[in-house]
Amino acid sequence: MSKGRRHVHTSADDFPTAGGGGPLLEVDDLETRFHTPRGVVRAVDGVSFRLERGRTLGLVGESGCGKSVLSRSIMGLLPSYAERRGEITFAGERLDLLGEDALREYWGARIAMVFQDPMTSLNPVMRIGQQIAEPLEIHTDLTREQIRETVLALLRSVHIPEPERRLRQYPHELSGGMRQRVVIAIALSCGPQLLFADEPTTALDVTVQAQILDLLQEQQAEREMAVVLVSHDLGVVAGRTHDIAVMYAGQIVEMAPTRTLFSEVRMPYTEALLRSVPRVENPKHTRLAVIGGRPPDLVDPPPGCRFAPRCPYAQERCRVEAPPLVEADTPGHWYRCWYPVGTDEGREALERNLAANVPQAAAAVTGDLSVEAS
Amino acid sequence: MPAPDGGLDLEPAATLAPGGAPAATREPVDAATGAATPTGGRWSRQGRLGWFGVLAIAWLAFVTLAAVLAPVLPLDDPNENVAAIVNQGPGTDGHLLGGDALGRDLLSRMVWGGRASLLLGVASVSLGMVVGGLLGLVAGYHRGRVDTVVAGAFDVLLSFPQLILAVTLVTVFASGQGVSSTRRMVVLILALGLVSVPVLGRIARANALAWSQREFVTAARAVGARDRSIMFGEVLPNVLPAMFSIALLGIAVVIVVEGGLSLLGVGVQLPTPSWGNVLAEGRSELRQAPHIVMVPTVVIFLTVLSLNYLGDVVRARFDVRESAL
Repeated sequence: MSKGRRHVHTSADDFPTAGGGGPLLEVDDLETRFHTPRGVVRAVDGVSFRLERGRTLGLVGESGCGKSVLSRSIMGLLPSYAERRGEITFAGERLDLLGEDALREYWGARIAMVFQDPMTSLNPVMRIGQQIAEPLEIHTDLTREQIRETVLALLRSVHIPEPERRLRQYPHELSGGMRQRVVIAIALSCGPQLLFADEPTTALDVTVQAQILDLLQEQQAEREMAVVLVSHDLGVVAGRTHDIAVMYAGQIVEMAPTRTLFSEVRMPYTEALLRSVPRVENPKHTRLAVIGGRPPDLVDPPPGCRFAPRCPYAQERCRVEAPPLVEADTPGHWYRCWYPVGTDEGREALERNLAANVPQAAAAVTGDLSVEAS
Repeated sequence: MPAPDGGLDLEPAATLAPGGAPAATREPVDAATGAATPTGGRWSRQGRLGWFGVLAIAWLAFVTLAAVLAPVLPLDDPNENVAAIVNQGPGTDGHLLGGDALGRDLLSRMVWGGRASLLLGVASVSLGMVVGGLLGLVAGYHRGRVDTVVAGAFDVLLSFPQLILAVTLVTVFASGQGVSSTRRMVVLILALGLVSVPVLGRIARANALAWSQREFVTAARAVGARDRSIMFGEVLPNVLPAMFSIALLGIAVVIVVEGGLSLLGVGVQLPTPSWGNVLAEGRSELRQAPHIVMVPTVVIFLTVLSLNYLGDVVRARFDVRESAL
């Protein structure tokens, strides 16, 4: 897989960029494969991006598109049957060349992770205080008393009421939202420069989701961390990220500054994702737009564009020749498509498909009509 | 799970898989035990002790205390022969439980016998718990080649008929003329400990295997914790309740097995009494003096019942905490 170096150039127009020097994180042509009895699963297939200090990258895609594996691959938290290739540079250091012992100096201290489900990412038989203290005990020389003070300060900063009492409680005594705050406190304990938030709100109630996301955003601003926010929900990442990368079947298919992505969609998959977000202003009983079919089998992906079997724009060329990641007119906007949305080629392709009664195309158009009818 | 022989049949109680279906494993226990009490409700449901649990603890405390305090209790010498109470039933001549075929006071022999039986049970199971637990934990956590070797070793050990393994070990290392009862005891502890290693080890391995896949283990790695601290700090505390409940059953099984070994002449060395060898000796007088067999039988029965019941309570408690998450 040689695609050469392709990066998002994070254009800092309306967001202040913290810190100078090179990018904090640079990922180049990352590949992660799992050797399974069924064959080799290419969970991440040639992903490259760059993340500056203090900024947030949203990583979006369907279940199984490789977004969680990508964040774990970057950290190096993969099971032994996984195989990783590519370059990962963090603050000038090549993480991909480091062994587990060396990586431990980074884990928790400079790079941290917030896990998806606070039910399972906390140890059920360990008190909250002990779990938050653990990274501090590992990475700092603080005394017991200082650690206690730090833990209390952390609990306060993630807005947990009665922090003294929480120290002695077990995870099952806390609500889901509170538990996720604890998980965030653990991740923030050593003041990391880079935080991976792996679907941090998926396991939570909708009402709590916004609070947790606000908390993450607030902490990021205070600490000038870079954040990779993984989510399957475009709504979650829309207002809270500087850049968004859309993943499909292990590849980044479109990547752009957040505003650009929403205003100038190029990749049909992104368009389909946007269309499937339910809108409040739709009339009652509006049918939800869906993307027909399923993501491809990553053991044996289709030869051409991986989205082609589900794409309303797909032409013969898409089924044989894989499109490269190319830059759009707007700098920093990259996409992977032969017939991009919003271009003449794209419109012609869709019309051809409609004329030929291709089912995906028809579905896409009816989806559009229902939106316009409101 | 077929037990290799009647000797150490601990496996059926070993369904303590975390994560999988805690409710499903708890249900049958509740149904089975719940049905056993007409008053319903409190019998070990949700790990509550209930009146039966209190009785069980009281009995075990009584037996343990008596065994520990045996030297200072106002008891007859367990090896003193009194002609007047040969084969006499309970209550004779101030001897509460009567005497055996050689005119020894049965109460005294029960108390002193408890010392041997309980020591053997606790010591051998502790040995199995430490060795088996450690091996199982390492195997379940690391998986791969370590696991293949350790799990294979457990299977090999389990494939021996365990009673015969114990008999062989005792016969080879501590039998014949002039073997001290201390040596016999040590060999018994080692032999029964060895036999309980794979049983407890498999519980530890299975639980460690399941718990090690949990997200909080990855989370601990992600904050930079080392393997050893994850194994002992994160995984072990979750594995212990399951092992502990099996260990309680294990002590009960060892007490019974010692009785079996005594029948074969390789139990605790006479004249030192144990519950098992008093029972074995009483066998020949079954027609004339059935109480000699009955007394140790009842003591063993109550002790084993208490241990099993408490093992179930521990297990139910463990399940509740699991399902509450």
